[in-house]
Amino acid sequence: MTELTQQTETAKPAAFAYAPAPESRAVVDIAPSYGLFIDGEFTDSAAGGLRKTVSPATEEVLAEYTQAEAEDVDRAVKAARKAFGPWSALPGAERAKYLFRIARIVQERSRELAVLETLDNGKPIRETRDADLPLVAAHFFYYAGWADKLAYAGFGAAPQPLGVAAQVIPWNFPLMMLAWKIAPALATGNTVVLKPAETTPLSALFFADICRQAGLPRGVVNIVTGDGSTGASLVGHPGVDKVAFTGSTAVGKEIARTVAGTDKRLTLELGGKGANIVFEDAPLDQAIEGIVNGIFFNQGQVCCAGSRLLVQESVHDEVLDALKRRLTTLRVGDPLDKNTDVGAINSAEQLARITELAAAGEAEGAERWSPACELPSDGYWFAPTLFTGVTQAHRIAREEVFGPVLSVLTFRTQEEAVAKANNTPYGLSAGIWTEKGSRILKMANQLRAGVVWANTFNKFDPASPFGGYKESGFGREGGRHGLEAYLEHA
Amino acid sequence: MSTPEPRLPVLKTYKLYVGGKFPRSESGRVYDVTDSRSTWLANAPLASRKDARDAVAAARKAFGGWSGATAYNRGQILYRIAEMLEGRRDQFATEVAAAEGVSRNKALARTDAAIDRWVWYAGWADKVTQVAGGANPVAGPFFNLSTPEPTGVVALLAPQRSSLLGLVSVLAPAIVTGNTAILVASHEAPLPALSLAEVLATSDLPPGVVNILSGNTAELARPLAAHQDVNAIDLAGAAPELATELEVAAADNLKRVLRPTTDTDPHTPWTADPGTSRLLSFLETKTVWHPIGT
Repeated sequence: MTELTQQTETAKPAAFAYAPAPESRAVVDIAPSYGLFIDGEFTDSAAGGLRKTVSPATEEVLAEYTQAEAEDVDRAVKAARKAFGPWSALPGAERAKYLFRIARIVQERSRELAVLETLDNGKPIRETRDADLPLVAAHFFYYAGWADKLAYAGFGAAPQPLGVAAQVIPWNFPLMMLAWKIAPALATGNTVVLKPAETTPLSALFFADICRQAGLPRGVVNIVTGDGSTGASLVGHPGVDKVAFTGSTAVGKEIARTVAGTDKRLTLELGGKGANIVFEDAPLDQAIEGIVNGIFFNQGQVCCAGSRLLVQESVHDEVLDALKRRLTTLRVGDPLDKNTDVGAINSAEQLARITELAAAGEAEGAERWSPACELPSDGYWFAPTLFTGVTQAHRIAREEVFGPVLSVLTFRTQEEAVAKANNTPYGLSAGIWTEKGSRILKMANQLRAGVVWANTFNKFDPASPFGGYKESGFGREGGRHGLEAYLEHA
Repeated sequence: MSTPEPRLPVLKTYKLYVGGKFPRSESGRVYDVTDSRSTWLANAPLASRKDARDAVAAARKAFGGWSGATAYNRGQILYRIAEMLEGRRDQFATEVAAAEGVSRNKALARTDAAIDRWVWYAGWADKVTQVAGGANPVAGPFFNLSTPEPTGVVALLAPQRSSLLGLVSVLAPAIVTGNTAILVASHEAPLPALSLAEVLATSDLPPGVVNILSGNTAELARPLAAHQDVNAIDLAGAAPELATELEVAAADNLKRVLRPTTDTDPHTPWTADPGTSRLLSFLETKTVWHPIGT
């Protein structure tokens, strides 16, 4: 392996020199500070505490926002409760039209929102522009169409909404996670109180303005910002009928304990340690692209990332050689630059976790490799990294890194690949690369994961149910299945 | 002519059902089971935590084969269970009457309903995939299919009062889709459950697919709720306080939890139309993508 590494580095093709191509920030107007969006208007907190949100790429302070305390959360839940009666009584066709309006306004403002999301999150503009924002609009458009067709969805002749939904979302796809939560909740007649992540509150606050533009009735959508304590207040509030959470498995378990013994319905979309399995008969060029997309999309800060590469022993060297060559061409840097492939890590805290786990990978004996790349001096950065010689016992093979770190393991037989892929408490995603159809179908049957990508990876669509097995959570988002989380059981 | 001595009946030794075998509790313990008038009926095994763990191991071992069996095959086996139960209808009616303190006619009606429930769920085996899954029209050149799959090993706390119909109503929907189960029988009325094991054992149901324990519900439920190799738990037979404690324990490996119903009449939930809600509770949706192209 050492020999191969040296070979690759010396044979590294010189990356093309690109002129900077930054997307303009002028399209977005960020206010100096933001209140809480409760009952249709921005209000101050009872306690009045402010927090700062920074651009992870530069550490520049973008704005101040409000730390919602328990009292504020209570106000938001009450507003949502008050709005629930009239909202759920609206004909589905009318609720649909509000959601269609929101979808259209998101499309109209998508460039502004893409730039905003890139600023607050640190992910490349190429991704917010081409993935996040189109998926946000598509999600609202998709669920808009369900609002007046719920009787045909297979949940009974007159399915009923649950009431007030408490929704807590992560920082990796801030606006997309908001869409995944709010669109099905509103379509089914629920009202919501949503808490965006502590490090990425801005797109949710801009969404509040979209609700105003759409003329959405007051209190149907409420946005409370803050840290974990705000989320805990919201989830634990007795006036909440439904809790939907996307985030870490540890917090998900805590939430499951909190709602135990209550009537609150719960869905959880949690962590993962996805296996991306490459057979010797795989279309290797496509597989390399799939591996790169699987672990470096959104800097690897993706719950369904293909963070464990399982490669058949016979093609290990060939795959690694090609993969390393490909990684040398990745452009790491300014997220607003349209040529950037890999942006900033979302926070100092997340960077510390990635750094610690990567160090553990080295300490436990795996071999670390990164392409030569210059990282900006300010902001939170981590070079694309891969580890070879990883065993199943290594922490980097067991724990979710949630960063641009790929662990490479090998297998000889199909049975071994299945056993290794399933050897994790998680079960969110898996990838299969082979040209043999019957092998794909057998593997797909045997992998205990909620989403299986065969000869592709990290594909999302509003019509396609997404969610995990085992400790990756329960419930599905997307598709007809996504309605179930927000309807009374027949 | 002297009247002959009345014949002394042969009593049954009730035992657990684990991995297709009928063991006593490894603890050697039993407890008194009585009818509604406190007349002694039998010594039922007072299963231990170790018995519960053995049952989990048996259920895990059986999962691959049972979940991998064809839906048609699972359906036929569930139907076979109904056939076997029908043949022992009188015996079960007697046990239900004693267990629930009801008339023979009422007990017969509940037994019949339990038999019919097996038939209802047998038919679901090869239909649920189409009802709960399907093709997804994604915006791109991809084949995209969602399929329901069994959650895995499921712990079932059988209803305390509905000793056969309630039991079948929680057991059949869990196993018909390919899950394997550990069933904790009603504490006070375990005999129909333990006799049902004899029916299961003669219905071509593979060993370990269903494992039946009798004993103290809380003592058995606690290790099952905390067990890292149990994927889901049905709390039907748990009192509210115990149910909350078990749900907290179940969060440790994010078991799927089915909370107890809140009906005041213990029989209502089981005599009503079962619907699909329990059937769908222990399923996971798997979505597979593949590009469409050359």
